[in-house]
Amino acid sequence: MPLTREQIAQRIAQEVEDGYCVNLGIGIPTLVANYIPKQKAVMLQSENGLLGMGPFPKEKDVDADLVNAGKQTVTALPGASFFSSADSFAMIRGGHIDLTVLGAMEVDESGSIANWMVPGKMIKGMGGAMDLVAGARNVIVAMQHTDKEGNSKLRTKCTLPLTGVKCIKKIVSDFGVIEVTPQGFVLTEYAPDLTPEKVLAATEGKMTIAPNCKAMTF
Amino acid sequence: MNKKVFQDAKSALFDVKDGMTLIVGGFGLCGIPENCIATLRDMNVKNLTCVSNNAGVDDFGLGQLLQQRQVKKMISSYVGENALFEKLYMNGELELEFCPQGTLAERIRAGGAGIAGFYTPTGVGTLVAEGKEIKTFDGREYVLERGIKGDFAFVKAWKGDKFGNLIFRKTARNFNPMAATAGKITVVEVEELVEIGELDPDQIHTPGVYVQRIFKGSGYEKRIEQRTIQKD
Repeated sequence: MPLTREQIAQRIAQEVEDGYCVNLGIGIPTLVANYIPKQKAVMLQSENGLLGMGPFPKEKDVDADLVNAGKQTVTALPGASFFSSADSFAMIRGGHIDLTVLGAMEVDESGSIANWMVPGKMIKGMGGAMDLVAGARNVIVAMQHTDKEGNSKLRTKCTLPLTGVKCIKKIVSDFGVIEVTPQGFVLTEYAPDLTPEKVLAATEGKMTIAPNCKAMTF
Repeated sequence: MNKKVFQDAKSALFDVKDGMTLIVGGFGLCGIPENCIATLRDMNVKNLTCVSNNAGVDDFGLGQLLQQRQVKKMISSYVGENALFEKLYMNGELELEFCPQGTLAERIRAGGAGIAGFYTPTGVGTLVAEGKEIKTFDGREYVLERGIKGDFAFVKAWKGDKFGNLIFRKTARNFNPMAATAGKITVVEVEELVEIGELDPDQIHTPGVYVQRIFKGSGYEKRIEQRTIQKD
């Protein structure tokens, strides 16, 4: 079985270090917050203008003036700060955010990512994604390895309009953990019931298997 | 005599004309100038260019102006919650300039700060950089983006005084402080309008120099797009 959305999030949470300021995108990346151990002091940034984002509010604490980048009602933790969108993206572009986690439609073997537009079909916009991939010190992608027809979303070259060029260092897909290197994708971990060969066969882009590649455990 | 204070949105927006460029604060439906948008809808001014991170939802926020076909062009980073927007755009009834969110914030900030343009790494190698100057600094490529100014800027603040000093609340701040600086005429609506001297100068987010008109808004709906709650 490939990883569940929760397991992808759980694995990414291991990449979060004590003291990090982290921006989590919409979808699977949001779930990462649930798996960051409490003993790690981590500040979550929401690019609309909040550092120190907390969980969803109790009914009585819902505040229309306090939302995250997904427009969901949230809370602010002790130590939080509010700021303008210009300040928020100064943090992001200026390299002050340690880690960004976001979703993708495609990532290619050079680390370029596409996640904002399907020409003629989906016109939503990039939001803050182009700034995040250009600015964060480390960018990890949470994604499904293949589309519904089984076509690889880890491509030789992205076919959709790009969000950023050569900016992705690591992917956690439902098939495993993949590092993006100058030599292409390198599989370092694979989902418990898969084999490295199966992951390789499901990947379009150039992929090698790391010498110490191991099965994931949960 | 105080010339900045207006009675309501209707009196403050009297000279908004067809074809103008409007910078509108807010993120999604959070911190949007509800009174100003409703008045623009009622005035039925047309051929507007709206600079705003989002386009509201179908029946609230800037979506109301789209419903009446008042908008010629949007400059936004994300319009995903608005089915009508997508339809109008696909039919060619609406022009759209996608601008990355951070670039949009900085373009408005630059416009208000007298900066004609700036180089940013955001969007290099993507559609948004097409046709724009690319320059290499310290081995990295950056794209030239232009500052934006509006004929009007519409801003929502929490508290303001009669000079136009503003305090925003929580994440309702978002694009509002930049928008305030970038209007030839900046109109601010506040939940609470106080006398000069009542706000602590150390706590002011936007100094009143940027504000030409201010009024106390009414009937705030503060609609929530995604009401997410933690179970007890």
